[in-house]
Amino acid sequence: MSPPPAIALPAESVAAAPTLPDLWPPVKPLRGFTGFLRRHPTVTIGAALLIVMVLIAVLAPYLGTVDPTTLNTSRRTREPSALYWFGTDMLGRDIYSRVVYGARVSLTVGFSVAILASIAGLAIGLVSGMVRWADGFIMRVMDGLMSIPPILLAIALMALTRGSVGNVVMAITIAEIPRVARLVRGVVLSLREQPYVDAAVAAGTRMPMIILRHILPNTLAPMTVQATYICASAMIVEAILSFIGAGVPPTVASWGNIMAEGRALWQVKPFIVFFPAVFLSITVLAVNLLGDGMRDALDPRLAKGL
Amino acid sequence: MSAPLLEVNDLKKHFRVRGGFLGRAPAWVYAVDGVSFEIARGETLSLVGESGCGKSTVGRAILRLFDVTAGQVVLDGRRIDDLSAGALRPIRRRVQVVFQDPFSSLNPRMRVKDIVAEPIRNFGLAASSADLDARVAALMDKVRLPREAVERWPHEFSGGQRQRIGIARALAAEPELIICDEAVSALDVSVKAQIVNLLQDLQQELGLAMLFISHDLAVVEHMTHRVAVMYLGKIVEVAPKRRIFAAPQHPYTQALLSAVPVPEPGANRQRIILKGDVPSPINPPKGCRFHTRCPYAFDRCRVEEPKLQPTEAGHLAACHLLEGAASAAA
Repeated sequence: MSPPPAIALPAESVAAAPTLPDLWPPVKPLRGFTGFLRRHPTVTIGAALLIVMVLIAVLAPYLGTVDPTTLNTSRRTREPSALYWFGTDMLGRDIYSRVVYGARVSLTVGFSVAILASIAGLAIGLVSGMVRWADGFIMRVMDGLMSIPPILLAIALMALTRGSVGNVVMAITIAEIPRVARLVRGVVLSLREQPYVDAAVAAGTRMPMIILRHILPNTLAPMTVQATYICASAMIVEAILSFIGAGVPPTVASWGNIMAEGRALWQVKPFIVFFPAVFLSITVLAVNLLGDGMRDALDPRLAKGL
Repeated sequence: MSAPLLEVNDLKKHFRVRGGFLGRAPAWVYAVDGVSFEIARGETLSLVGESGCGKSTVGRAILRLFDVTAGQVVLDGRRIDDLSAGALRPIRRRVQVVFQDPFSSLNPRMRVKDIVAEPIRNFGLAASSADLDARVAALMDKVRLPREAVERWPHEFSGGQRQRIGIARALAAEPELIICDEAVSALDVSVKAQIVNLLQDLQQELGLAMLFISHDLAVVEHMTHRVAVMYLGKIVEVAPKRRIFAAPQHPYTQALLSAVPVPEPGANRQRIILKGDVPSPINPPKGCRFHTRCPYAFDRCRVEEPKLQPTEAGHLAACHLLEGAASAAA
């Protein structure tokens, strides 16, 4: 069959055809760093809040603060004012300065625990997932650690040592390691069964390279997300330890310490507890937002811009 | 004919199923229980059978992705199933694999060029990094993908394209035998045809031998030289393609072939409907493994296991009913 003859349109009718309004303008792909931020608003908000907190902690001496340990018995439990932005506590210390300096303790503990627990948990989880005969023993030890609530374990470990930031970090890290190890082991066990790992074995890749190239990169995404949750949880545990007097020494300004000292007065002077609590909540929220956002962003199918 | 490229002798792979808590006797899955066949250079042998009959296990055992329970795998006259991991590594180059799932068979965190270059690097096939790039580009041409694709990530490709990347990786090692483990089963019909044609072209061009593991008899009929039919961990019939599709001898093969849809409306055909399910490979039936579902089973089938023996030149079957033919052929 021959094709139908082309219909000749009068030239003026073609020229008169109205240009249709562009109802669907082409969607511009969100590229580059700003595109990434717009595609992942939770990462943006979380990261922005966290950066503010880090800046506060780093720049603490330049933010209109005074020495957070200076006592002033004539100016105890003052309400917030232009002079004492967050008021003063029962020993006359400036709460604003104490909260700002307290950010240093919380962030140090949060980040250190997240990094140390991730590294140790990654190592333990990799060994457990790859070395089958070691798996049973390692995981039973981890199960044993996990059967103790992390706060109790941290309190018990603190009871063995002196109160200091370093010891708090160690205590919380030990309590958090099993969660990372268990996660990494699970991921490693499922990755081992992936056809691309079998294909790599068939292609002559040696075991260390299989771990380095095929297993490790695919555990990093879930582990990074887990690390942010551990960071948030560590900051809360630090505050709890300080609150019950098992954390950093009372001479150090930490959010937990400030709240512990304000506890007796919280019905008459609620601002003493209020400001450190707000800072703790915002920081934990920021870290959790960052973690949730990263969980989505680190999915390689969506992460073109990263 | 010269010596076969690959010989599999009485291969067995039994998986232990944990007997449970407190030291109950462990149970075993007899996934592959005495399988023998050979593949000549440049030949395609198809291994067909239902899901769970052990055909993929045979492929994985040849690749030494696990140790076999018993039997031998002989590549080019050299036994490879008992070699140490280190001694085996250089030999791995000669046998490569293409997997079923085009999504999980490529590492999502490696670029295409690194995926394809991995075997080249491992086996030291490239003299320089320029040579490596040239080889990767040539492989992309071979599997009909644009050369620019090497800079991209696996998730940017469709299933058929990803399967081409998987084939390029297999070819990168310059193998003599490729094991296609359901390599086209996950693809839709038009893409499947393209990949099948690609595999055929490559086989002719490069003189590859292929072990084509599949349950898709239409594709098998198109691709293969010979067919081996598996049932519950054993081969029940081996024959050249024409023989097996025209005159299947084993009752199971007959039933299997009668299940292939005929693309012709009103075609008159007799279907053999098997009763029951495939028995569990944990506790396979005694005697002939097919006797629980065989329409012709008689007393001897329940006690004595039939041997795989020639019924005609190049045609082997394992059935007591065919013994007259077998002794005549022998």
